[in-house]
Amino acid sequence: MARRENPEINAGSMADIAFLLLIFFLVTTTMNVDSGVSKKLAEKPPEDYVPPIIKEKNIFEVNINRNNELLVEGERMEIEDLKEAAIAFIDNGGGIGKVEEGVATGPCTYCKGERSESSSDHPNKAIISVQSDRLTEYGMYLTVQDQLLRAYSELRNRLSMEKYEIPFVELEEAYKDDKDNEILKQRVERIKTSYPQIISDAEPTN
Amino acid sequence: MSKFRKKKKGMPAVNTAALPDIVFMLLFFFMVTTTMRETDLKIENPRLPSATEVKKLEHKSLVSTIYVGKSNDVARHGTSYNRIQLNDKIASADEVPAFIINARSKVSEAEVPFMTTSIKADRESSVGVITDIRLKLRDVNALKISYSAAGKSD
Repeated sequence: MARRENPEINAGSMADIAFLLLIFFLVTTTMNVDSGVSKKLAEKPPEDYVPPIIKEKNIFEVNINRNNELLVEGERMEIEDLKEAAIAFIDNGGGIGKVEEGVATGPCTYCKGERSESSSDHPNKAIISVQSDRLTEYGMYLTVQDQLLRAYSELRNRLSMEKYEIPFVELEEAYKDDKDNEILKQRVERIKTSYPQIISDAEPTN
Repeated sequence: MSKFRKKKKGMPAVNTAALPDIVFMLLFFFMVTTTMRETDLKIENPRLPSATEVKKLEHKSLVSTIYVGKSNDVARHGTSYNRIQLNDKIASADEVPAFIINARSKVSEAEVPFMTTSIKADRESSVGVITDIRLKLRDVNALKISYSAAGKSD
């Protein structure tokens, strides 16, 4: 008796409800992608591990004290000069490279450094050691890491421009887009092994 | 003449029938892209240091985040910037291995080597805390780290 015909549901407020939800998600949404400085830790050495003997000249020592001041190779330095100093050290190429998988890498042919006797032999032997105090500010520590990484990427970029006439970042991106491309893979690998990032964190002082 | 006059009469109302459709479309877009913050911050939002050599973190499900900064509850934890937050409570560096193992149990075994630990630390935190965390991470073989930083262009 009561239901003679289906009354139409009023959909006029549908838009209002949708708007309400929309605004909620607009407010809660976060679009920013996390970014950060990537680092790969060294594996825990076994108990009886004897560290290899490394020549003093192949180590680039960076110390940060608790007042956030830099000491590089025994001399005070401002953060602005760190990158240039690191490049000069890595790119020195004063001797012959290490033997990798039975193949001697020989002298560094692509280095443009001073080839000084007292600095690093070859980019693949050049080790950057960062030592900081426990009370050093984290911001400073990360700035130093960032500057050192910039030194490497600058060198990689230069080599990539010389060999393939394309910045290394673009080369890497091209490879990421086309993972099966063997030529790109080889190029990326070659540049990476030409200037391997060897940054070690020494135990902090107290 | 009369033809023209007729046209001038009364503006036709804009048809708003498609408005809900448009709004729904936007709604679905934001629903899909939204990510809810899983943990409440027990520390003040860290002021991230800035760096140029930053890489984007991909695969959110494989990232576990450790926060370091100043506690909101100053009465209990003091004003130092070295408080570590794991999940949703303030913890010490000794609890990091358990946190990582717990995070690992949530992903398939094949993906474990790709897991990354993101350290979101305030720029006034001290390196000592970060080193403690790093040593603990090394103990449980969680070797991929990302020091969270705001990107800056030169």
